[in-house]
Amino acid sequence: MIRFNKLSILAVAAFGFVLVSCDKNDTPGDTFDTSGTYMQNDQMGRPAVNTVFNASADKNTFNVTTPSAMGAIFAPKFLNNLVALDAAIKANDPTYVQYSTNALGMSPQVLTTTLATDVLGVSMTGATSLATLTGRNLTDDVIDIELKFLIFGGTDGTKNPKLTSDNVNANDKPFLATFPFLAAPF
Amino acid sequence: MKKKLLLGSLLGVVLVGGIIFAADHIDAPAVTGAGPSSLNNDITDIYAFQSPADNSKMVFVMNTHGLLSPAASATATFPSNVMFEFNIDNTGDNVEDLVIQCLVQNGRMRVYGPVAVGTPGLTSTVKTTGPMTEVAVTSYASATPLTATNANGIKVFAGPRDDPFFFDFVRYNMVLANPVIGFSPTGSDTFAGSNVMSIVVEVPKALLGTAATIGVWGETKSK
Repeated sequence: MIRFNKLSILAVAAFGFVLVSCDKNDTPGDTFDTSGTYMQNDQMGRPAVNTVFNASADKNTFNVTTPSAMGAIFAPKFLNNLVALDAAIKANDPTYVQYSTNALGMSPQVLTTTLATDVLGVSMTGATSLATLTGRNLTDDVIDIELKFLIFGGTDGTKNPKLTSDNVNANDKPFLATFPFLAAPF
Repeated sequence: MKKKLLLGSLLGVVLVGGIIFAADHIDAPAVTGAGPSSLNNDITDIYAFQSPADNSKMVFVMNTHGLLSPAASATATFPSNVMFEFNIDNTGDNVEDLVIQCLVQNGRMRVYGPVAVGTPGLTSTVKTTGPMTEVAVTSYASATPLTATNANGIKVFAGPRDDPFFFDFVRYNMVLANPVIGFSPTGSDTFAGSNVMSIVVEVPKALLGTAATIGVWGETKSK
């Protein structure tokens, strides 16, 4: 029994050694498979768009719709969903200040039309932040930005304070000043 | 996995107005594309920002496979049949003009691009005619992240990272079910202590065209 185990261990070790040495002998250009056609699975532009504004039945379709085709299909749905959400909150909480325009001056139609094409706009000429719709930094508190300036904060971002910040304003670890910028894993 | 199932059952509660609000992580779509849907090609977040280390460069981040515990992170790998693709529109028509295609095979990542898209849309083939940058995947146990920079100045990284997303998602679901309660004054980050599989690509702005604004989105595609 012991002899059998020792042989098995040696066999595994030898096999493992062969695999390692094959890998080390590979040179770039030999092993990468670049053949074939890749088919879309998931897609994302701005944070939380698919999840906030699409009913569950539409989420899958959204993920396999090209951005240039999204507006015509999803802008009307997003608008209906925003209006329904707004009304439902008012029915639950009479103190809720309903949506008229947001702090960026967007009517319900303009907001939902903008978000329905799920592309993140990024400035090439300066600082980038979701707060100014010029990109998305690791440090951006995207939840507060969207809740306060896009959806619930009213015309100046100060309305509905119970709904416009989750009071989680920073990541659990500091980011790095150098590439790759994301913090080491837990 | 257990944490994800708990959050998934929260998702099952139909919330105000028929909207189910979830962070992008938790919504693991049962996509209708040809490739199989699984957690490891589910995008959790996309970031695009001017590099804080060099303002002549842009940084693109694609995170996938969210809610990884430390134990799960130690064995998580990037799927070898998936293309992680950044799409860049620099003509303002929401159609990609450039792509950055990332493939991971045998513990190494190759980043093809930025390169002209060829045929835009829901399917992709690998564009080998443009820049290529290769790096070994950084293992969970590695104290320092492995990076590689090619002659064009493109710098790349692939490996598990702390999930940079922060949100009191648990409280948010309670709020949507009963808005009058509002958020807690002492919010708790539902994503604290969890990891993602992360691809980070830093690119000289000169390789992205001359438009003052670009449109960016990320896709996972599989074969």
